[in-house]
Amino acid sequence: MKEEELGKKLGSLTFKLFGLGAIAVFLIFIFFYIHENPDFLKNFDKDNPEIPVFEASMVEEIGFINDDHVELVITKCTSCHSAKLVIQNRATREGWQTMIRWMQRTQNLQDLGDDESNILDYLSKNYAPAKQGRRANLRDIDWYKLD
Amino acid sequence: MAKRRDFIKKASLASLTALLGSKIVFGESMLEGYRPLFLDQNDPSKLFGKHKDMTVLNDRPWNIEAKAHLLDDEITPASKMFMRNNGIIPDKPDSESWTLTIDGESVSKSRIFTIQELKTRFRHYTYQLTLECGGNGRSEFNPPAKGNQWTVGAVSCANWTGVRLRDVLEDVGIKNDAVYIGYYGVDRHLSGDAEKVVISRGVPMTKALQDETLIAFQMNGEDIPLAHGYPLRLIAGGWPASASGKWINRISVRNIEHDGPKMTGDAYRVPCEAVAPGSVVSSENMCIIESMPVKSLITYPRSGATLEMDNVLEIRGHAWAGELEVNRVDYSTDFGTTWKKAALRKPKNRLAWQHWKASIQFPKKGYYEVWARATDSEGNSQPMVVPGWNPKGYLNNACHRIAVKIV
Repeated sequence: MKEEELGKKLGSLTFKLFGLGAIAVFLIFIFFYIHENPDFLKNFDKDNPEIPVFEASMVEEIGFINDDHVELVITKCTSCHSAKLVIQNRATREGWQTMIRWMQRTQNLQDLGDDESNILDYLSKNYAPAKQGRRANLRDIDWYKLD
Repeated sequence: MAKRRDFIKKASLASLTALLGSKIVFGESMLEGYRPLFLDQNDPSKLFGKHKDMTVLNDRPWNIEAKAHLLDDEITPASKMFMRNNGIIPDKPDSESWTLTIDGESVSKSRIFTIQELKTRFRHYTYQLTLECGGNGRSEFNPPAKGNQWTVGAVSCANWTGVRLRDVLEDVGIKNDAVYIGYYGVDRHLSGDAEKVVISRGVPMTKALQDETLIAFQMNGEDIPLAHGYPLRLIAGGWPASASGKWINRISVRNIEHDGPKMTGDAYRVPCEAVAPGSVVSSENMCIIESMPVKSLITYPRSGATLEMDNVLEIRGHAWAGELEVNRVDYSTDFGTTWKKAALRKPKNRLAWQHWKASIQFPKKGYYEVWARATDSEGNSQPMVVPGWNPKGYLNNACHRIAVKIV
C-alpha cells in the first residue's frame, strides 16, 4: 500500500469516528434537554398527541377567540392558510362545514375524522354570522378635526 | 414590543411549529427568547413596500386592501394598490430567462417568446386601467359569503405598459374556432402540491382582442412590482381583476370556454337569474362575471371629519363602470333624500377611472353622511343598499358613504 492511500484511509476513519462522536454528543444533549425541560413533552395534548397546547398569549397573537378546541382549530386550519382567513369569516355550522367540504374537494384538505365535529362546534359558536340587514350603519368611525 | 417578546418566551417549540405549518429544523437549538425570523417577515410595508395603513385581510396567501382615503391619488401608486392572491407569490423570477408560450387548440402553431422578443417585436402601449377584485365589498353581504372579506379598497387604477395581446396573437396566428384565452402563471399552490394550478382564468376573444388588453411588463413606468406580477402579467381592465393573470408564462387560445381552476364551478360567477338571499344555486345556474358594475369612491376627506359651521367641505373621488363610461356622479348629504350633481372629468382613456369633485355647505350642526352615486353610460346607477345577494359575494357596488360632523 502506498503511503498516500494509507493516509487517505486513516483520514476517512478519523472522519467516521468524529461523526459517531457527534451523534453521541447530540443524543446526550437531547437526553439532558428533556431531563432539564420536562415541559417540552407536556406541550402536547395527552388525548391527542398531535395537538400542541397553546399559551393564552399565543392564541391572542394568532387572533383566535380562546375557547374549547382552539388548539385543534389552530393546528388543523392554519397549516395551509393564515388564521386571518378564518377569523374574518362568519358562518353557521352548515356554512363552515360547506367550507371544509370545499377545501377537501379542491384544496387537498384531508378527512378530519372525529375532529370535524369539535372544529365545527368552535367555529359556529365563536364565528357565527351577525344580523346586519341589507346595509349596516357606518361603524368604528375615527373622528378627527378637518382643517 | 415587550408584549411580543413575552409571547415568544412563552411560546413552546411545538406551538411555533404549528403556527409555521412546518417543522423548524434544528428548532431544538433555538435559544430561549429568540424570535424566529419568519415572525418578522410578515410586515407588508417591508415585504412589498405597502403603505402602513393598508389592511391585511390574509397573510397566507397575501390579501391586502386599501382604505378609501388611501386611494386619493389619480394614478394608484404601488404602495396603495390592493393585493389579491390565491397562492404563494413566486420567488425571484428571472426576467432574462423568462418565456411566454402561446399555445392551445386554436393557434396555428405554438410559439415561445422571451420578454426581450416581446419588447422588440411589438409596439408598446400605455393605458391607465381600472382593476377591481370581483369580491370587492363582499363583507357587506348577508348572509355572509366565504372568502376574503373585502370592504371598499380592492380597486386600483395604475398606468400599465406592455404589448397588445391582439398583436401577439395575430403574429402567432389564431384559428377561426378560437373562443377564449386562458392564462397560466407560476404562483404556487398553498397546499404545497406542485402539480396543482393555483388559478388559470381568462377572457373571451372579444375582450382578448381589445386595444387595451395588454401583456404588461411595466406599471407606472417601472418594472411591475413582484407582488403585482413581475415580470409579466395580463391586463384586462374593467373586468374582475382575476382575469388579469400575474407572473404569466403561458397563454392558451382555446376552442372552448377556458376551463382552468377558478374559471368553472361557482368561482367568479353569479346566479344567471337573481335569487333570494341565502339561496343554494347549482353550478349550472351560475354565470361568469364579465364587465364590473358602475361604482364610485369618496377618497377625500377620510370618513370621520369634523368641521365648524360655515366651512365649505371639498369632497372628491373616482368613479368607474367596467367596460362602460361614467356619465354622472351625484352626492347626497341627507341620506338619499335629495341629490346634487358633482363635477365629473372624462377618463384619460377607455377603462380608466374618472375623477369627480364637489363643494358642500352644510345647513346646520349635526351628524351627516355623504353618499356618492355614479351612473354609467347606459343609465345604470349604484344602489343605496347592498345589491342582489349571490352565494360568493361578488359585485357589491352599493354607494360609498363617509361620516361627517358639523360642530
